[in-house]
Amino acid sequence: MGANLPIIAFYVSAGILILAALRVITARNPVHAALWLVLAFFTAADLWLLLHAEFLAVALVLVYVGAVMVLFLFVVMMLDINFDRLREGFWRYVPLAGGVGLLMALEMALVVGAREFGLQSAPPPGEPAPGYSNTKELGRLLYTDYVFPFELAAVVLLVAIVAAIALTLRRRKETRYQDPAAQLSATKAARLKIVKVEPDRGTPPAEGQAK
Amino acid sequence: MIPLSHYLVLGAVLFAIAVAGIFLNRKNLIVILMAIELMLLAVNMNFIAFSHFLGDPAGQVFVFFILTVAAAESAIGLAILVTLFRNLKSINVDDLGSLKG
Repeated sequence: MGANLPIIAFYVSAGILILAALRVITARNPVHAALWLVLAFFTAADLWLLLHAEFLAVALVLVYVGAVMVLFLFVVMMLDINFDRLREGFWRYVPLAGGVGLLMALEMALVVGAREFGLQSAPPPGEPAPGYSNTKELGRLLYTDYVFPFELAAVVLLVAIVAAIALTLRRRKETRYQDPAAQLSATKAARLKIVKVEPDRGTPPAEGQAK
Repeated sequence: MIPLSHYLVLGAVLFAIAVAGIFLNRKNLIVILMAIELMLLAVNMNFIAFSHFLGDPAGQVFVFFILTVAAAESAIGLAILVTLFRNLKSINVDDLGSLKG
C-alpha cells in the first residue's frame, strides 16, 4: 500500500485534471469555467509535487490560483455579457473539435507512449538524497547560470504592468480632478478682485426691517 | 513507479483538450484565453516530467520563465479584453471585424 500510494495519487490527480479541463471548455458560464480552471491548476500542482518539483508546485498555486485566476474571475464578473450569444455554434463544432482533439491526443500518445518513454527506456530516478532542496537548487541555477534571463523576465513583468495600466486607464469626463500645477500657479491677482463700492445713498430702510 | 510516458500522455491529452476548447468556444474570448492557459499548463507538465526523469533542473527553470511570460500575457490579454468591451459592449469574436482583414 505504501509503495502504491504515489501511483494511486497520480491516477486520481490525472483523472481530476482531465475532468476539470473538459469542464473548462464545456461550461456554459465562464465563471464556472474559471473555477474549474482553478481546480485544474491545483491538481496540476499536485502532480508536480509527485515529480519533486516542490517550488514550482507552490509557485503555481500562488501565482495562478492566487493571482491570475482571481484576475480572470474579476474580469468575467465585471463585464456584463450575454453568454448565450457567445455559445452560438457550440454544438456545430463539437464533431470537428472532438475529432481534431482526439486525433492530436492519439498521435502524441503514439509518439510519447510506453514504447519510447516507458520504464525500460526511461528509468525513473531514485528518491532525492536527504537534505536535497528543490528550492535551493532552483535558486542556485536562477542566480548563476540564468541570471540574465531572470532579469529579462523581470523586465517582461514590468512591461506587462505598464501595458495593462496604460490600456485600461481612462479619464472620465464626469469626474472632477485636481490639477496641482494650476493650484500652485494661482496668484492673488487671479483669484482676488477688489471692487470699489459706492456707498448707498438711497432711501433709509423701513422701521420693521431695521432690526 | 510512474513511467515518464504517463506524464507525457497526460500532457498530450491536456493540450488536445485545450485545442478542442478553442474550436468549441471560438466566439468567447475569455474561454479562449483560459484554453491558452491550459495549453501552457500541458507544456509545463512535459517540462517538469522530463526535468525529473533526466535529473536536470534546467527544465524547471524554463517552467519558471513560462509562468512569468504566461502571467504577463494573461494580464495584457485581459486588459485588452476590458478595453474592447468598453468600446464595443461585446467580447464576441465576430464583432471584432472593424479592420476588415
